Parts: sequence; C-alpha cells; structure tokens
Amino acid sequence: MILVVAELRAGTLNRASWEAVGCAQQLAGGEPLAVLVPGGGEAAKQLAEAGVGEVLAVEDAALTSYMPDTQVAAVAAVIAQTTPRLVVMAHTYQARDYAPRLAARLGAPLVADVIGVKGSGAAATFLRPMFQGKLVAEVAPHGEGPAIVTCQIGAFRADAVVKGPAAAVRTLSVPLDASRQTVEPPFQEAKQAVDLGQAERIVAVGRGIKAQDQIVVAERLAAAMGAEIAASRPICDNGWLPMDRQVGSSGQTVAPKLYVALGISGAIQHLVGMKGSRTIVAINKDADAPIFEVADYGIVGDLFDIVPAMTAEIEKQSH
Amino acid sequence: MKIAVCIKQVPTREWQPRLNDDRTWIREADASFEMNEPDAYALEEALRLREKHGGEVVVCSAGPARVQQVIREGLARGADRGIHVDDAGLGAADGFLVAQALAHAMRDEAFDLVLTGLQSDDQGHAQTGVALAELLGIPHSTIIMDVEVSDGRVRVKRELEGGWFQWVSMPTPALLAIQSGINQLRYATLKGIMAAKKKEIRAVAPPAGLSAGLRIVGLALPSKSKQTALIAGPPAEAAAELVRRLREEARVL
Repeated sequence: MILVVAELRAGTLNRASWEAVGCAQQLAGGEPLAVLVPGGGEAAKQLAEAGVGEVLAVEDAALTSYMPDTQVAAVAAVIAQTTPRLVVMAHTYQARDYAPRLAARLGAPLVADVIGVKGSGAAATFLRPMFQGKLVAEVAPHGEGPAIVTCQIGAFRADAVVKGPAAAVRTLSVPLDASRQTVEPPFQEAKQAVDLGQAERIVAVGRGIKAQDQIVVAERLAAAMGAEIAASRPICDNGWLPMDRQVGSSGQTVAPKLYVALGISGAIQHLVGMKGSRTIVAINKDADAPIFEVADYGIVGDLFDIVPAMTAEIEKQSH
Repeated sequence: MKIAVCIKQVPTREWQPRLNDDRTWIREADASFEMNEPDAYALEEALRLREKHGGEVVVCSAGPARVQQVIREGLARGADRGIHVDDAGLGAADGFLVAQALAHAMRDEAFDLVLTGLQSDDQGHAQTGVALAELLGIPHSTIIMDVEVSDGRVRVKRELEGGWFQWVSMPTPALLAIQSGINQLRYATLKGIMAAKKKEIRAVAPPAGLSAGLRIVGLALPSKSKQTALIAGPPAEAAAELVRRLREEARVL
C-alpha cells in the first residue's frame, strides 16, 4: 500500500497534494492507495469523492494548526497502524519542516524534492536535483520500513490523477504528543508595493550582476522594453533590490509574456516562480546553467557586453 | 548561551560538474570547496546572538579532512572552537547519516541552541538539521528569518510560502534551520584569521554501524524541457539578433 499524506492550509486542501496523488499513482502499478488527511474535515470528503483510494482522517483539533511535534506524532502513528510500503507527500515548506523528523523517528529513508520516477513497485528509483540543479541524481532508498518521498511542486500533474468511484472516509484515532511549539497567526509583511504578477514583461537579475551599482544595466534594458525589474533571492538577500522584487518560491510567482533572466543560474527555488512565463530569455556566461533548461532563447556570454547592446538595439528601433 | 552551528563544505558555485568513472559521485579531485552559503547565515546569526547574550559559538562539521578548512573559516569569522566528525566516507553521505554522525559528537555538549542552514548546495536534501533535532530529542523550527531569545525560550519568525510569516515559540534547547538572507554576512578579518590558528578543533570519530538510507544509482546532466534557441556570435550581433527574434518570432516586444 502507498500512503499519500495530504496537506491542509487553513482547512482547505493544498493543490500540491493532488500532485502527490499523481506521483503515488505512477508508483503504484496496481497497488492500493490510501490518503491520510491530518485534520480531516471537508478536505477528506473531497478526496473521498475523487475515489483515489481509501481516505484516512485524523480528526483532532491539535492538527488544525500545523505544528511539527503533533504532525510527526500523527503521521508516525498512522504509518504504524497501516504499514505502507511508501509514503508520498508534496515538497512544501510544511513537508520540509517535518518530514526529516518523521523519517528520523521511523529510521526510514527520505527521498526529498523528487522530480521524476523510474519504474514502479519495489524496484522504482527516484530522480531528484543535486548541486543546485546542475545534476540530476537517480536515487534508490534502502533499509527497513517504508520509504518517504516528497515530490517537487509542479513535477507531477494534478490534472493527470485518475479518479474512480467515491471511496469511504475512515476516521482513525491516534495518540498525539503535546506540542513543544506554540504558534501565532500567520501574517504578511507590509503590503507588497509591486505586483509582479501583473507585469507583461520582466527583466530579472541574479548573482551574475555582481554589484549593486551594476543593476542599472538591467534597469536600462527594462526601461527600453517597458518591463518591471525583478531579481532572484540572493540579490534581495543582499539588499540590492527590495524583497518585493523577488521571484521564486519565497517571493512572487510570475507568468509574463516575456521573462529575461540576466546572470541567473536557475536554482529550482527561482524556476518554480517563473517557468510558466510565455517566452523566457536567458543570458548567462555559464552554458551549463540550469536556467537554459527552461529558456526559449539564450545567449551564452557576458551580460555586461550583451545587455547594453540589446538596450541600444531596442531604443534605435523605437525612435 | 552555548550555541552550535553545523556547517557543510560544498563545491564552489563556479564548479563545473565532473563525474567519477562509475558516475555515482563527483570527481572530488577536480572540485574546489567552500562553506555552504546557507550555513554562513546560520553562523552569522549565532555570532550575533553571542554578541547580544554572551556565551560560546561552536562550529561543527562532518566529513573528510578537507572540511577543516570551513571549520577554520568559521573560527576566523569569530566562532570559539570547532568539532570535526572526521571520516572520509561522510563527504558523500546522505542527510540522515550526517545527522547521526553530528548527533553522536554533539550530544554530550548540551547546547542551548543548534543552528543550521536550510539546505546544502551539493546534495540539497534539506534534512540534516531537522533529523538532528529528532536525534537530540529537542524541538525545531525551519526557514527562520528572526530569532529572539529570553528566559529559556526562543521565539522565531518562520517563513511560510508566498510572502507569509508566522511567529513560533518553543523552549530551549532547540534547533533552528536559518533562512538565507536573515542577516548581512561578515567576513574574516586578518586578525580573525590569525586568532583562528590557535583555536581548538576537536576531532571525533563517527559512531560505528552507520548505514546509508539512500544510494545514488547514477548522476547525469539534466534533460532539457525546452528546445533553447542559442544565439551565437559577437555580443552586439547576438544582441541584435535576439531583439529581432523577440519582435518578429516571439512577438513579445
């Protein structure tokens, strides 16, 4: 049996949980699936109606607001009761927060950030990025007990999930540890001044820009194109551009008609925030940079030579 | 306050992938190594907490002899002493294995806080810190953007997805996986580098009987999801050609 652990956000099912179901179906090859919904409620009913397998719900008020101690206790107890061969979940911030603790408690191997599966059943191996996406590793878990797998967001298709006749919800009762953590309500920082999601064109800079006073090179191109300026995380971490200009998993998700990536290597945390863009241009001195995997157009070279020439070319033609 | 910082040594960002003969690991002889950048933010946070609350910062690293370089660098930036779990096999080990090696060396130290980076720039499992918290039997929190310590408790600002945050409180001892960008990094001064030479690095053997939970069957360059039109030529010509194609082919300008 393969156990999918669904994730709730403020009581509603995280869309990425469907992707985890898709991954589990691909791995199953005929094996039954079960879906665990810590917190239960409406999300459990929704999953049961989709008929992807038996739905297990742990209805406990302690699980409605995520805390790692209670989450680990609940999932570990359900694994002990149901003895799955594999446990699959989406590689969300929440899974990153507790899955390693769960794996350590069970002594189970954890294959994190999986982007693909080779084969199915017990012989399946998993593909995951390594070395900042410069390489892809094929990984095989081994050891006693179930293996835990987390799927990278967007790597498996939610709309490819095969649905069946509605299944039942089985409510499980498990003992929960008292949480050592207490949480305060989630909040957003001061309202974002820039909504990059609305931009038609974006010029984004990464480490390749090298110094804050060189961002002007990119700003001139953005002005010529009628584009917003954006950046990868390290640029905002350095304070070279404000945090609300950041594109990626911890910043904004954008899908403009044109995305120009200047000196951005293309770590996955950045790619997830922009790979839905219609046309992607990458300019980078490293021909092996992962950004070229998603680029429609690319120039391998020094951005400080190429970008001013592009700016001049656009300005020339618009006069 | 007694603070541990776990630091990994990883290939530099400029490193170009070269694989060993059976394509299961990199050719280490061709790589140069540096401090894992996410861990540098954890070290900086530890040094700031020591400046505020007093105490001691201990840099811990597991790996072959080469990792002493990053321990030494941590000492040069201001850490007080180092612990090196010395084993040639730990350089390519998975996160849980490294966590077990570190836990063995750190358990008796009774640290008040253990700080780690969010993930390593090499294997990127993002597991070592959280697994270490479980092995040490202490609470943890990850993706931390602010740390407040008072009276045996720690209150941290945890990053959620999409620009949301949440404050989380827990008793110490605790483990915190620090988000990159939480602070501005300091670099070693000449004085710091000189002082580091006299600081202690305690070597510890890993516990017996560790076995890997993950096996790398093979490493390969990623396959492309898109056919990229690569435009060659001198910069000015390539730039002009790119602009032409963005106008006429892609129609986005």
